[in-house]
Amino acid sequence: MAVLVAVMSAIIWGSGQMVNRQYIKALFFFAIQMFLIAIELGTGTLALLMGHVPLHFRNAGLFTRGIWGIITLGEIERSSSAVLVYDHSVMLMLGGLIALAILLAFFVIYQWNIRDAYTTAKKMERGEVESSTSYAKRILNDSFEYIAIAPGLAFVVMFSLIPIAFAFLAAFTNYNSHNIPPRHLVEWVGFQTFRDVFNIPVWNTTLVGVFQWTIIWAFAATFAAFTVGFLQAILINSKFVRHPKIWRGILIIPWAVPAILTMLLFRNFFVTSGVINQLLLNAGIISSPISFLGSVGWSRAILIIVNTWLGFPWFMVLVTGVMATLNQEIYEAASIDGANRFQQFKSLTFPTIMAAVAPLLIMSVAGNFNNFGIVFFLTGGGPQNPNYIMAGYTDILITWVYKLTLDHRMYNFASVMSIFIFIIVATVSGWNLLRTRAFKED
Amino acid sequence: MERQLKLNFKNILLSALVYLELIILVILVLYPVLWLIGSSLSPIRGTPGSVTQDTFGFLPIPRNLTLDNFRRLFDEHDYGLWFRNSLIIAVLNTIGTITVHTFMGFVFARLKFRGRKMGLLTIMILQMFPSFLALTAIYVVFLTFGWLDSIYPLALLYIGGGIPGTMWLMRGYMLNLPKSLDEAAYMDGATKMQVFTKIIFPLSTPIIAFVGFGAFMGPWMDFIMPRLLLRDSANHTIAIGLFNLADHGAGTWDITAFTAGALIIAIPFTAVFFLFQRYFVLGAAAGANKGE
Repeated sequence: MAVLVAVMSAIIWGSGQMVNRQYIKALFFFAIQMFLIAIELGTGTLALLMGHVPLHFRNAGLFTRGIWGIITLGEIERSSSAVLVYDHSVMLMLGGLIALAILLAFFVIYQWNIRDAYTTAKKMERGEVESSTSYAKRILNDSFEYIAIAPGLAFVVMFSLIPIAFAFLAAFTNYNSHNIPPRHLVEWVGFQTFRDVFNIPVWNTTLVGVFQWTIIWAFAATFAAFTVGFLQAILINSKFVRHPKIWRGILIIPWAVPAILTMLLFRNFFVTSGVINQLLLNAGIISSPISFLGSVGWSRAILIIVNTWLGFPWFMVLVTGVMATLNQEIYEAASIDGANRFQQFKSLTFPTIMAAVAPLLIMSVAGNFNNFGIVFFLTGGGPQNPNYIMAGYTDILITWVYKLTLDHRMYNFASVMSIFIFIIVATVSGWNLLRTRAFKED
Repeated sequence: MERQLKLNFKNILLSALVYLELIILVILVLYPVLWLIGSSLSPIRGTPGSVTQDTFGFLPIPRNLTLDNFRRLFDEHDYGLWFRNSLIIAVLNTIGTITVHTFMGFVFARLKFRGRKMGLLTIMILQMFPSFLALTAIYVVFLTFGWLDSIYPLALLYIGGGIPGTMWLMRGYMLNLPKSLDEAAYMDGATKMQVFTKIIFPLSTPIIAFVGFGAFMGPWMDFIMPRLLLRDSANHTIAIGLFNLADHGAGTWDITAFTAGALIIAIPFTAVFFLFQRYFVLGAAAGANKGE
């Protein structure tokens, strides 16, 4: 009996509930199914069935067209403006993703409808009956979770899930400047782009070169900022400095001013007609301006110097905070045992601080790995490297991806690189997260 | 600790060296800031070098002071509109974040339901995917829906994009509230909605204030999304407007106007930082201690 009721609900939503004599619920599920059908019919299928438009998938409703579109990515390209009926591969792919997301939401309700028909029938066999109204009250409280997260979920699907799924799928197509829809169709090419990245020398060289610099940059930038911050914290905390709070208050300024403003300012400091060259000329140190941003060594050094300027206050504050928690009694014990100040620092202060800040150093390296702003605003990735494709000497992976996407429209290659970055970031942060308490509790 | 020094040669020398280092660093830290202020008051319209050329030697103070750059921001550039746009986006993002994200945090922290682990895992994975790697797709989404060159959909994008990050913060805070509170309320017949509005929401005001504050401050200095989605100068935000003024390769390069505009926005931001400095510092220290 219960199985039969479930099968009925599986075919016509709510019909099982009808048999269970839960009319309100039955109506609710039935209305949802009608709504689903209405969407499909209203967005094209009805006109198609009535014969108003040619019988083809591209004229069908949201779901049929969506699934056809994401599988084929279209069939007719707009080779000239005379072509009136054409397919836009990218819109089809996006439409397919949206259709799939909506279908998934309906599917959740669908399987709830079947399960409910089954369990209610079971209960009735045992003689327990619950009216639709009391069910409605209960379900409203029970499904509070889902109603409460529905808006957030919709946002996540719309602005995170679908775009990321799209970016992921683009890696398996030939969507780039040679195939821009609707002039051309985009096609599924499987792992071809991945193979290209590893087999075509110029892509290969660029990836390896940019990746190496990204790694060097991430570690060097963190190391430099930490070293300066660390030294500053130690110096200001030392017995030689009076009013340490005032000194710290001044040195914290680079952290306090919005970084994008200072980065844009620094760019104007280092251009050939910029402030640094003018100061050096005024001082008579140089006789003609240096092209800071045109030189590989200078532009790389500038990135690290400016990053240190921006980043050292945070480390200074951090180390000061850790030093405040150091136990003074241990130092007294150490000096009674005859340890001099350097030995105390080496064996007590330094290891304690490092133990406390090590996880933050890892996070900082990971942050610099994807530090888009500083490279984009300061050097723009330049100077150009003739051996690289669409990248310069100071480009890190993420700025290269940005250039590939916005400047050169090499979407499939950009997507492959994004997946590459994702794997690296996910490995590091996954490892980091697994160790934290927040995750272990679940 | 008492800071009393014996006045011997070694201590005097060390003190001198330490202060020398501090003074050099203070100059390096303050010079760009002073230059920013000086340039905003400079009558020069040219390269950054020529602005410096017109100062008293190495002091970044212009020979003639003028407020003309601030007037030009509004007369010659759309600074007023940029500010208005940024403000609207910031307010919408704050409202959206406080409502949508708080609900998400509450549900994932305090309630057990089917799909919870799955949801947490999905959000965690999404968080690891740098959102702007999906730039193309976001662009196509906005193009498809006809949302390009408008600030309101951009605000929606910020609300949506912020969920993976702030949900985690909210949830972390709410997890630490005593469980007995909810249990007692449920015992008295409260619904989940009542537990949320009467108990958890009021108790979470600190984290909600923190997240809401972040949501308000964030969009002002974001550059990537506005650059991708806004075209017309009248629809620009502060960040993108200032970028165009500071871009030495573009025809819009206007360094003194840039510094004036940057100063206007930097003052409140910096003031807020120093006002809440204690919390930032505490946050940094908490991060350090968590790692132990």
